[in-house]
Amino acid sequence: MADREIICIGCPMGCTLNVTVRDQQVARVRGNVCSRGAQYAKDEVLNPKRMVTSLIAVQGREEPLSVRTEKPIPKNLIFDCLREIRKAPVTLPVAIGDVIVKNVLDTQVNIIATRDLA
Amino acid sequence: MDERKETTQKPAADTPCLAPGSGRDIEAELQPPVDQVDLVVIGGGPAGLAAAVSAWDAGCRSLLIIERDDRLGGILNQCIHNGFGIFRFNEELTGPEYASRYIEEVKRRGIPYLCSTMALELTQDKRVIVVSPKIGLKQIQAGAVILAMGCRERPRGALGIPGTRCAGIMTTGTAQRLSNLEGYMPGRRIVILGSGDIGLIMARRMTFEGAQVLACLEIMPYSSGLTRNVVQCLQDFDIPLMLNHTVIDIHGKERLEGVTIAGVNPDTRAVLPETARRIDCDTLLLSVGLIPENELSRQAGVTLADSTRGPVVDQYLATEIPGIYACGNVLHVHDLVDEVSAESHRAGQAAVRWLEAEKKGLITRAVLKHHAVPVIEGKGVRGVVPQFIEIGQPDAGLDVKDKWRVGFRTDGVYKGGAVVVKADQKQILRQKKLIMTPGEMVLLDLDPAKLADDALKALTIEIEGEAEHG
Ligand SMILES: Cc1cc2nc3c(=O)[nH]c(=O)nc-3n(C[C@H](O)[C@H](O)[C@H](O)COP(=O)(O)OP(=O)(O)OC[C@H]3O[C@@H](n4cnc5c(N)ncnc54)[C@H](O)[C@@H]3O)c2cc1C
Ligand code: SF4
Repeated sequence: MADREIICIGCPMGCTLNVTVRDQQVARVRGNVCSRGAQYAKDEVLNPKRMVTSLIAVQGREEPLSVRTEKPIPKNLIFDCLREIRKAPVTLPVAIGDVIVKNVLDTQVNIIATRDLA
Repeated sequence: MDERKETTQKPAADTPCLAPGSGRDIEAELQPPVDQVDLVVIGGGPAGLAAAVSAWDAGCRSLLIIERDDRLGGILNQCIHNGFGIFRFNEELTGPEYASRYIEEVKRRGIPYLCSTMALELTQDKRVIVVSPKIGLKQIQAGAVILAMGCRERPRGALGIPGTRCAGIMTTGTAQRLSNLEGYMPGRRIVILGSGDIGLIMARRMTFEGAQVLACLEIMPYSSGLTRNVVQCLQDFDIPLMLNHTVIDIHGKERLEGVTIAGVNPDTRAVLPETARRIDCDTLLLSVGLIPENELSRQAGVTLADSTRGPVVDQYLATEIPGIYACGNVLHVHDLVDEVSAESHRAGQAAVRWLEAEKKGLITRAVLKHHAVPVIEGKGVRGVVPQFIEIGQPDAGLDVKDKWRVGFRTDGVYKGGAVVVKADQKQILRQKKLIMTPGEMVLLDLDPAKLADDALKALTIEIEGEAEHG
């Protein structure tokens, strides 16, 4: 049994969560203001995830295309994900919300455009 | 979002030259010249957009947004990270996505706007002089004005760091613009001075785009950014956050080659020379505070508050000049765009109520300075907004039943403290807080019913408890 203190990034409140881990399971979470915090604590201990936002250089354009993961992906895949984003081909025009990479790294998560670029 | 109501109303016939139609940039239509507009919104960032949407929904049909950039959206266009809209839309959006939701609302209503147009001058009687490359100089007589110009970063000059003036030193906002909108990497080996949100966000951005961020230095004993940003921008990537540290020298001829950093005494902030050491780097990003952009406000004679550097306002976001309102970062620097939007919706509504009252001849100077109660910054409290509470103006139709929102920052980190509000000597509110830090604005909603007292002289807000750092 071990206690861990983690800071919830679920929202800007930044609650300090006190997590009790027993047998590789989250036994108890304290300090969360809302239920999202309890879920975050579980994910953060067992399988930490992050949203990834980045840029893709577009041929012949000065302005890059900004993109993000549709949902958080496992934290340990961030840099692999960034590599996938960097080499993704982009055909203009792109509209906000367009899928740029499908199912990135088999995470079941798409990379989508966060702006229009014509 | 309740402001999303579809509006089917036809434009009012008496709208001079500015008949709204199918939401658009009206640059091409400015013949004959626009000269009279009920409401001019200066700034097309999230504050200006929300204020305009609410003004429209409150019935205003003669309005215009002025934006000096070539597009609407303000600073959000370059904030490509996620973290926007959790409260407003219950979704975690990036800056451009959040902006586009509001831009759509503006377009759907047919609210006219002018981009690449700068408001150069504002007078006390609400004449706005604007300039753009295409339409040249133009004067607009406004009935009411909403100031929504946002803020800008403190430049290096304001800091007084010694050393050479070489390339590779810039504000984090400039670096953000270069990387996210113009497609240039500012450098490869980067040191960041200041741990405000922009500094933290840029530490991660530079790491993501292939640079090495060597350290983030903070002269104060705590980060002035949101905790979540310290976690997900620095800790996630093992970037050291060096509290009580600053840059004391800069090295390099044409391009930056390194900086000398040193610790400071946490109480006096005096440099501790024995801790000085050099870090080799090609780029120094400065994230050392934001200043509301109030040149126009000053010109118009709007009183500014020392502690916020923004206009002095009442709870309706009215400045001391009748008919001039302020909202967003020009008023006080916000942490969250969601709160900027909420505040700006209130400003838009209030400006329209004022316009209506004025048209009915209900606004007189006597009514205006009727009963303004100062909100005093007590122990531990800084940068309170509003600075005045206007008690009861039912005759002018200016009174609303909503709660009155008050925002401020604490002067240090308080754990297990409480916020206390006193009406003269009487405590009217006490809220316990697990933690209060200068990096996160404290918001209170005051109940007007408890304050409608003609004898009230002052409201005082203070913090109970001891600060961990002063
Ligand atoms: C790097 C960074 C990261 C951030 N991260 C987050 C986050 O994670 N979550 C969050 O909720 N918020 C975040 N914010 C805060 C949020 O972006 C701001 O609070 C918000 O953009 C402020 O809106 P505003 O309309 O007051 O100002 P701005 O967005 O600055 O807009 C002001 C507009 O006025 C225009 N203007 C100024 N002067 C004139 C003039 N004289 N004539 C014409 N136009 C003029 C400017 O061009 C600009 O477009 C972040 C901000 C920055 C800078
Ligand atoms: S626990 Fe809830 S309120 Fe606290 S930071 Fe997490 S999401 Fe926000």
